[in-house]
Amino acid sequence: MKFGIVVFPGSNCDRDMQDALQNELGKEVVMLWHKDKDISMFSTDDCIVLPGGFSYGDYLRCGAIARFSPMMESVIDFAKRGGKVLGVCNGFQILCESGLLPGALLPNAQQQFVCKNVYITDDAKTPLMVPVAHGEGRYYAEENVLDELEAAGQVMFRYCDEKGNIEPLSNPNGAMRNIAGIRNKENNVFGMMPHPERAISPALGNIDGIQVFKLLGLN
Amino acid sequence: MTYNVQIKVMPLKDLLDPQGKAVLGGLLNLGLKGVEEVRIGKHITLQIDADSEDAAKQVAEEASKKLLANPVMEFYEIEMIN
Repeated sequence: MKFGIVVFPGSNCDRDMQDALQNELGKEVVMLWHKDKDISMFSTDDCIVLPGGFSYGDYLRCGAIARFSPMMESVIDFAKRGGKVLGVCNGFQILCESGLLPGALLPNAQQQFVCKNVYITDDAKTPLMVPVAHGEGRYYAEENVLDELEAAGQVMFRYCDEKGNIEPLSNPNGAMRNIAGIRNKENNVFGMMPHPERAISPALGNIDGIQVFKLLGLN
Repeated sequence: MTYNVQIKVMPLKDLLDPQGKAVLGGLLNLGLKGVEEVRIGKHITLQIDADSEDAAKQVAEEASKKLLANPVMEFYEIEMIN
């Protein structure tokens, strides 16, 4: 599996993601400039990553303007053809803005930017420690959309405590139902607020991010 | 002809608006009494060159729907000010 990482003006986790995928996971990585359109070097078995950061200065709404960049038009088309797309943090916001994932990311309920290690779990109850760093990460969707996501098993990660208990105190931003990451129905588009690429190098003391990529099927 | 259009974008009524909440706290700290709620949105002005007011309004409508507001979290109101 080959990876493409889209670089928007204001992306700031693109190099971290490149380092994680290339040097820690040993993947082939191609950096993709937001003004380009060509992704013909990728097949639908490959994965395009939308990295964290502040694309287009977070103007208007986080991810709103990136969604209309030439490269995103190609990425949306790629996703609709079944290609894998992962959005982390600002990338998750872009995926919601582009309609590839349902819902939206709202300003954190506690009115502050949050930057710390949190625990997340898939429904297997294994807590993974992964950092978050965002001001607008409160996942929101209407109740019926949330019900549908849960019924279809599309909620991939929830905030939990260090034992894997999903409870309100472990929720760093007020996300509905503690949701930290979701996937689409077709299982090829993934979005999450925590940064697995920052928890992947033994030199940095935390490799739980490797497990995140495994759970996403992107290892 | 150029039409001036104002667009008001506000967070949906049921949604918590942390910015408004923080400003409410500030107003209370100022010693102002009686302010019960603050909600903060955006005021956007567009100048649109179009053949008619209806055509301009349609452009504003499309701009609002596709980019300026996100219906999952916001609603908008368009006002022509010519």
